Amino acid sequence: MAQHRTRLVVDFCVRALCLLATLLALLPLVSVLGYVVVRGAGGLSWAFLTELPKPLGEAGGGMANAIQGTLRLVLIAALLAIPAGVLSGVYLAEFKHTRFAKLARFCADVMSGIPSITVGLFVYGLVVTATRHFSALAGGLSLGFLMLPSVARTTEEFVKLVPESLREAALGLGASAWRTTLWVLLRTAAPGIAVGIMLAVARVAGETAPLLFTAFNNRFWSESVNEPTASLPVAIYTYAVSPYDEWHRQAWAAALVLILVVLLLNLSARLVVGRKVRL
Amino acid sequence: MSSRGSNPAHPSSGALPASRSERESTKGRTLHADPNAARVGDEAGASESHAKMRTHALSAYFGAAQVLRSIDLSIAEKRVTAVIGPSGCGKSTFIRCLNRMHEVGPGARAQGHVLLDEQDIYHASVDVVRVRRRVGMVFQKPNPFPTMSIRDNVLAGLKLNGLRVADPSSVVEQALRQVALWDELKDVLSRQGTSLSGGQQQRLCIARCLALEPEVLLMDEPCSSLDPIATARVEELMHALRKNYTIVIVTHNMQQAARVADFTAFFYMGQLVEHDRTDVIFTRPKERRTEDYITGRFG
Repeated sequence: MAQHRTRLVVDFCVRALCLLATLLALLPLVSVLGYVVVRGAGGLSWAFLTELPKPLGEAGGGMANAIQGTLRLVLIAALLAIPAGVLSGVYLAEFKHTRFAKLARFCADVMSGIPSITVGLFVYGLVVTATRHFSALAGGLSLGFLMLPSVARTTEEFVKLVPESLREAALGLGASAWRTTLWVLLRTAAPGIAVGIMLAVARVAGETAPLLFTAFNNRFWSESVNEPTASLPVAIYTYAVSPYDEWHRQAWAAALVLILVVLLLNLSARLVVGRKVRL
Repeated sequence: MSSRGSNPAHPSSGALPASRSERESTKGRTLHADPNAARVGDEAGASESHAKMRTHALSAYFGAAQVLRSIDLSIAEKRVTAVIGPSGCGKSTFIRCLNRMHEVGPGARAQGHVLLDEQDIYHASVDVVRVRRRVGMVFQKPNPFPTMSIRDNVLAGLKLNGLRVADPSSVVEQALRQVALWDELKDVLSRQGTSLSGGQQQRLCIARCLALEPEVLLMDEPCSSLDPIATARVEELMHALRKNYTIVIVTHNMQQAARVADFTAFFYMGQLVEHDRTDVIFTRPKERRTEDYITGRFG
């Protein structure tokens, strides 16, 4: 009886601790979101989303070019990193015991630990010095480099999660190896891979450091991917460190827009791929 | 069989009529459960039936460990051959060698000859994919593709082979009718394959196999994860399918072997101990080890 009581007490305490820890973990998330909404909502307007920045001293203006820039950079990064990342992830999962796969996996892990500014520096040396100008392409490339390891590793993990029985089912039906991989393994793992891609996109959409000396900045529309381009993170940085109150207000609004853009991308991807397909 | 599967009272619900008709069919089954009675007519035919598949000096390995030792076995065409034996005796490995699925695992390889219509499927010039299309396989655990609907699961074999299907709907209907699922599922074909009950899933997997029109059907303990009612349905199905297909079934359940099989092969420690007509194996086996095993004297 006494033992029973002790167990109940311990159970209650552990449960309470878990709940407390969860609340603590949620606190920063909620407060960051809440603070950005409170500070940023005031600066948000149709003009902010559709107009170019006004010259210093003039009120109003917007950050349409930075929104366009961020979308363009993320698109370039995704185009580069998703095919390469997904395919190498499949390779890592399908040939997991080969020496090359082990090496590649190790490299991917090291690569995902590299500080993003180093990647920016690398692309600066590789592209910007060679072409002699900043460009959206260089910025997208550096973001792509950052996405690549995480896309590859999450793809690998989710492909590995597909039960062996499904591979056997496909092979037993006379499917060739590549059809089995494409139609059974990748298709079954698709929702997980999509979530992994979204997390990677969300991460790089907010990257500032690698863009500073690759995509640089631009107060106007950038006409092509060969030109320097504005982006939300760099714009937030530039506006936030300035001494002007109007710019501070706009930096908050831009932060809110950035969060909304990531959220929107995330939700739409989930809607497209996440239709109650389970592993 | 398909008429028994229908239940006009519940046209849209898959689960309820399934369980009810499954129960009816088990009742029907117990009436003629005596395997010898059911097979009297076959005995003459069995001797005439030629070998659809033959193995010659077939050995199989997992890395350095040899799991099959020089097996010579003939599999009669359009008959059910059961492979029995204690766990680890190599019976699953044996049938996985018959459509070259054994070699899929890491470190697994096979040696010797497996003849399908007198053609060696282990010959270097043979395309594995074609072998597996002719020799279909049903696995221990039902494994419908979770991303596909019931309909797409049936068509999966054709699609995975890159075959164009002129009339997919009729392929689906025909395959599902063969496994007596059509009446239960015809209104819910777009539902996920994994939403079905275990017994239905296994029959769906059999239908998926049949849609490819294989010549031989390998079944690796197809009922081990099913309840007795679903098991009875699958057994009944095997009985119907043997008209058109050569069936090899691995089973742990000796009553099942006695009920469904025309021939039975007893494996022990990687060796084929005895292979004969089922009634001979179960009533007057020649080998002591066979007798010990079927009478339960084995440790």
